[in-house]
Amino acid sequence: MKTTAALGLILVSLVSHAETPQQILKMYAPTGNAVRGEAVFRQKNTVNEKMPSCTSCHTENPINPGHHAITGKIIQPMAVAVNPERFTDSAKVEKWFGRNCKEVLGRACTPNEKADLIAYLSEVR
Amino acid sequence: MKNLALLLSLSIALPALAERIPLPPNAPKSYQAECASCHMAYPPALLSAGDWKRVMERLDQHYGTDASLGIPQKQEISAFLERNAGNVWKPGISAQPARISQTPYFIRKHGEIPAKFWRDPRIKSAANCEACHRGASKGVFSEHDIAIPELRGD
Ligand code: HEC
Ligand code: HEC
Ligand code: HEC
Repeated sequence: MKTTAALGLILVSLVSHAETPQQILKMYAPTGNAVRGEAVFRQKNTVNEKMPSCTSCHTENPINPGHHAITGKIIQPMAVAVNPERFTDSAKVEKWFGRNCKEVLGRACTPNEKADLIAYLSEVR
Repeated sequence: MKNLALLLSLSIALPALAERIPLPPNAPKSYQAECASCHMAYPPALLSAGDWKRVMERLDQHYGTDASLGIPQKQEISAFLERNAGNVWKPGISAQPARISQTPYFIRKHGEIPAKFWRDPRIKSAANCEACHRGASKGVFSEHDIAIPELRGD
């Protein structure tokens, strides 16, 4: 009985914390456009020659694991289709958009770009 | 329990037992969450307290990238790293910025590795411990557990 209660509590806390990619997308914009998101993801920039593009670390095909462009560490796939942990923690998402957009594009991504990127990475398979 | 603590401190202090350099069991969650995304969570014993302090003071300019943190996480992680920092292995001051891979200890342990391996695309960087030490995230650095067959000491 006690364990069921504990289990119930854990479940409740899981449910109330886990966010879905759709919910997180909507924090940025009402809808996202996967085609535009893919374009941002693949765009070649000139800000940082070690990482001209999101694909420098997250690979050309987000279904695959990537490698950090400097340290070589393996980065789990970005596509929600193969990595359901992606886009389930809004604070984490915002932290990495902040770091990676600044580093790759030389500026913050706009809310619309973030929604587009989430749409692309949620749909790609 | 006391024995365990003693054993642990011995394994951290004695270069002879260098095959095992685990993360201390009291590592805060924030260390894994904030310092293990771009590279492994390095065992704090591999740098001196002064080096860690310098690393943590300049997270906005972190080896060419931005690893900035909120103040509570930064304080928690700094305290953990400085409390568990190494000393015996690290006489003198390491390079600026502080790098594990440029400490005298690291250089001594890796002196026999031919230069071409440090540029190998499978490895990319000396800081990528896990590319060679398969068990690095569990603290295993034994020369018998090396991912690159040509480098394995059998
Ligand atoms: C230098 C390497 C690098 C580049 C370039 C890079 N990222 Fe990342 N990214 C990471 C790392 C490391 C993580 C955190 C580790 C992880 O979540 O697996 C991450 C995580 C993320 C996350 C968090 C997703 C989640 O919910 O788990 C998002 C979003 C993201 N990156 C977007 C981007 C975008 C957009 C670009 C291009 C503008 C980009 N990244 C370029 C290394 C990079
Ligand atoms: C956004 C990515 C990122 C995050 C987050 C990050 N680092 Fe790093 N770190 C790097 C990069 C890039 C290097 C340089 C690696 C290289 O040159 O091969 C590095 C190198 C290091 C080195 C030197 C390794 C060596 O011997 O060459 C230490 C020590 C280090 N980081 C500690 C930390 C600590 C502590 C944290 C958490 C507060 C942290 N890092 C978080 C990207 C990151
Ligand atoms: C290019 C592959 C490679 C990389 C990258 C690498 N090492 Fe090693 N390391 C080795 C090899 C091979 C040995 C065994 C050398 C020998 O015994 O001659 C070794 C030995 C060691 C030892 C000594 C083990 C013992 O039994 O005494 C330690 C500790 C160690 N490495 C830590 C690290 C750390 C920490 C990093 C990352 C900052 C790292 N290594 C990165 C290949 C590598």
